[in-house]
Amino acid sequence: MLSYPFMQNAFAAGTLIAIVSGIVGVFVVARNMSFLTHTLSEIGFAGAAFGLFVGWTPLAGMLLFTSVSSVAVGQLSSKASRREAAITSISALAIGLGILFLSLSNQNASSATNILFGSVIGISRTSVLQVAILALAVIVVIIAVYRSLKFDSFDAVGARVAGIHGTTLAIIFLVALAFSVSVAAQIVGSLLIFILLTLPASAAKYFAHGVGSMIGLAILFALIGVWLGLALSYWTNWPVSFFIAVIEVLFYFIGLIFNRFTARN
Amino acid sequence: MASNETHQTIYSNDQPDSQLTEDTIMTVDKLGMKFGQKTVFQGLTFTLKRGEFLSVLGENGIGKTTLIRILLQQLRPTAGEVSFLPSRSQVTIGYVPQFRNVDNEYPLTVRDFVGLALHDHLTPWWSKHEKQRLNQVLRETDLTRIAHTPLGRVSGGELQKAYLAQALIRQPQLLILDESTASLDNNMKFELLDLVKQYQQQTQAAVIFVTHDLPLTKKYSTNFLLMQPGPYQLGTIDELNETVLEAAHA
Repeated sequence: MLSYPFMQNAFAAGTLIAIVSGIVGVFVVARNMSFLTHTLSEIGFAGAAFGLFVGWTPLAGMLLFTSVSSVAVGQLSSKASRREAAITSISALAIGLGILFLSLSNQNASSATNILFGSVIGISRTSVLQVAILALAVIVVIIAVYRSLKFDSFDAVGARVAGIHGTTLAIIFLVALAFSVSVAAQIVGSLLIFILLTLPASAAKYFAHGVGSMIGLAILFALIGVWLGLALSYWTNWPVSFFIAVIEVLFYFIGLIFNRFTARN
Repeated sequence: MASNETHQTIYSNDQPDSQLTEDTIMTVDKLGMKFGQKTVFQGLTFTLKRGEFLSVLGENGIGKTTLIRILLQQLRPTAGEVSFLPSRSQVTIGYVPQFRNVDNEYPLTVRDFVGLALHDHLTPWWSKHEKQRLNQVLRETDLTRIAHTPLGRVSGGELQKAYLAQALIRQPQLLILDESTASLDNNMKFELLDLVKQYQQQTQAAVIFVTHDLPLTKKYSTNFLLMQPGPYQLGTIDELNETVLEAAHA
């Protein structure tokens, strides 16, 4: 399996994506941004379709759309009372735009399928390099703001009193999230990005005993999902995103059961 | 408004400058707050000195939490101003609320939670010095035994101690307790305030304690601020007696 260059590329990109998703996912879960992440994946679809329409790479279009709109969505949804409506309306607009751009760009159905569901075969050596650069950028940013981000994500009241500027931090995190969405879309597709950005971290919180171990476990769960998903996809010829989804959902349910069991004892 | 001669009552037209000393940490000058047409309070003027333990009393809805939010710079007052001495950036504030919006399912141990306030350094891990400080605060607040217990599994009293420890780790010069003892049993209330008093005696920090609890106020406070419809009352704790409280509820 690993003797094929496309599988080597897929494993290399998948590993980077799992690491970024595990780290960023912990803060997505702590900041209750799962729904926003879901919307960003739809915006990513619109961006990728826009990229094809104007002759860019889908990744470039995705980066542009997710970065700009993540900040806009974050600001629009800062009020809890209108969060769901604001995110839903932007999500609807993004899907509409994605379909329009795909239609205008005269791309065939397989382009749409690749954007929405990801493609193992589509990952070239250049794609791996792009993913590596973006992943590194996200990790450096998260490390730079790690302590403040941790404080703000897990105890927003305390962070405000300690003088942490919540809005600036939120924008930095949203841009890092937008980059992560664009990175993760390369393998699981825009429709299922939120799987890697929410489920490993959601499962990890039931097993971890601290923020550090939550990040470690989230990376581990994401890595197992991606590696096992790629291998199963290779052997069965079924979509990789299907396997990743099943594995991550499984981790989450095991976490829920484990939590119920330990709470009872 | 008539002043009761047995009580030190400061009204909005008093000059705070006359009360400034080198021990002054905060001045509140003619502070007023309105939400739309509704005046919450107006003309609030007082100074706070190092080592002072000021209890803020008053019925629900009178504006105590609004005042605290202004002091914490979470709300902008509609009149007057709050000044910190020597400057806001040089005064570290610790805040201990009654409740905190921390999800019980987070894998946050007591130690993790207290350490969140150590956010100044760039490294994701704590330095040796930070670990020492963290262990010291956990010891002083009697939390060492449950340091590795998830926050979601500790009792209400232990949770309040964890909030207090997080506030103390940055060695605040001003500590604000906003109804922090309201949901605690009697023993735990005194235990928590003993810890606060101990910290205050060691550091000469100023404390603002928002409460409805008169026994606690009388035991720990040096001064009181009674917020009420009309003029507020400010005085030393010896001056807080039934007459003042009855007048407040009249």
